[in-house]
Amino acid sequence: MEFTSHTTWVAAIWVTLKLATLTTLILLVLGTPLAWWLAHTRSPWRMPIGAVVSLPMVLPPTVLGFYLLLGMAPDGPIGRLTDALGLASLAFTFNGLLLASVLYSLPFAVHPLQAGFAAIPAPALEAAATLRASPPDRFLTVILPLSRPALITATLFSFAHTVGEFGVVLMVGGNIDGETRVLSVLLYDQVEGMAYADAHLLAAGLLGFSFALLLLMQWLGRRTAVAHG
Amino acid sequence: MVERAEDIRVALRLARGNFRLDIDLRLPGSGCSVVFGPSGCGKSTLLRAIAGLEPQARGALRVGDACWQDARGALPAHRRGVGMVFQHSALLPHLSVIGNLRYGWKRAHAAPALLERWIERLALAPLLPRRPDSLSGGERQRVALARALVSNPRLLLLDEPLSALDAPRRAEILPYLEAVRREAGIPVLYVTHAIEEVARLADHLVLLDAGRVTAAGPALDVLNRDDLPLALREDAGVVLEAQVTGRDTHGLLSLYTPAGTLYAHGDPHSPGTRLRVRIQARDVSLALSRHEDSSLLNLLPATLLALVDLPGGQVQARMDAGGQMLLARISHRSVERLGLQPGMPVWAQVKAVALLV
Repeated sequence: MEFTSHTTWVAAIWVTLKLATLTTLILLVLGTPLAWWLAHTRSPWRMPIGAVVSLPMVLPPTVLGFYLLLGMAPDGPIGRLTDALGLASLAFTFNGLLLASVLYSLPFAVHPLQAGFAAIPAPALEAAATLRASPPDRFLTVILPLSRPALITATLFSFAHTVGEFGVVLMVGGNIDGETRVLSVLLYDQVEGMAYADAHLLAAGLLGFSFALLLLMQWLGRRTAVAHG
Repeated sequence: MVERAEDIRVALRLARGNFRLDIDLRLPGSGCSVVFGPSGCGKSTLLRAIAGLEPQARGALRVGDACWQDARGALPAHRRGVGMVFQHSALLPHLSVIGNLRYGWKRAHAAPALLERWIERLALAPLLPRRPDSLSGGERQRVALARALVSNPRLLLLDEPLSALDAPRRAEILPYLEAVRREAGIPVLYVTHAIEEVARLADHLVLLDAGRVTAAGPALDVLNRDDLPLALREDAGVVLEAQVTGRDTHGLLSLYTPAGTLYAHGDPHSPGTRLRVRIQARDVSLALSRHEDSSLLNLLPATLLALVDLPGGQVQARMDAGGQMLLARISHRSVERLGLQPGMPVWAQVKAVALLV
């Protein structure tokens, strides 16, 4: 008898892809202005905010998950906010998981973008300004094309890192089939249930996926370098 | 000075650390105004403030009938319509040469003829598909110059466009800059610390030191004043307007100048051509009588006006030759030996005359 049913496979793959895609999109939207600010500000807040952004890289994911879980509880700050807005509690829901993923993968989007933005030559932007390009025009026609390698890295890192998360998911989302059970948690279940054939299949699949993603990133990076060279 | 509508009026202040820029200046609305001064005098900052790239600049700025800045606020750079050429060209690295040219041209909604004209005039056709990082320094500056011109600017700003280039590249670009000065039909503001560029390009000259204007006026007037630090520099000299009157079989040009006739080797200019010549003080010596037995061709009668002591035992002599000032750098010993006194008639022996086309 097979341990993992067809619907369980499909549900876990779907939740994982949805979570990673939405997390990546949100991170690109929020991470871009944050990374731009970190790359160019001279504010004394740069260091502490930079440290907070980097925190998920060193913090045990369970610690982040623990505090988020407390926050999402009915008497926690996030819980009170969702309650005041007339929304359901985020704990053990997909949206709660999404919030946790965004925080957890934040440095993986912000760091490459910050490095990319810092490398854009200021005179190129000034020249564009004297050539009558407005700030939004400069963003679209100078900053984005020159940050292409950084954007690719930020996208793939955010996506891959979200697919790979485990500790935060278990703390915040739990293990609800079709709602919060992602592939990394499913693998844990399979091993717990001694379903090694399924576990082999999933582990090898995730390994192949991660390898393919990094390969894609290198290839895209090289292509960009050639296009500029 | 009567205020003319097309003049450029600059009254800008800016403070950064210990440095203070405080400029109050009126520039002609045509021709090439050169801002000249040592490194760190604030000339690039002034140009950037005029372009709208220094948000801390305060004051007033009017170009012709357009107000770019006053007490109520400043127009952002992208709404001014300046053509700016930076020291290191600042081409957009992700666009080809034609992509860079079109970037400003498209946003200015300028006529296709403008684009074609400057591509042709600056000989850019073979470079159009190339990427900026495959161009030489001189080619990059030519592209940057064209990019600024095809954006149909009200004012062309050149920020030391030759300083990043070696001497042969500079010589390659200068004729293009002169063509731009003659043909662009817009006022040009040119920042440099190289006196040759001043002598060749300036119609109007502004001297800047430590953030302030020390002198401003028609270029030849300012260049030939000896009460300015310019006259005490190692390369001090005078610039004369000249007209070619003839050319002998060996290619030697005879030039009519206010100081008298000068002879110089140079490009085969046809008689009637007007140009400028520069005579450096260190290339002029003095004699009390005309030496017919000398190999020097250029002998000008002059009246000694003043003798100024320079460091290192040298003396700078200022003379009047037909209403034109000349400078000579001679030794203290020669002054004593010849008994030179202001008011004496002398012969200025000119060893070298540099043609500035």
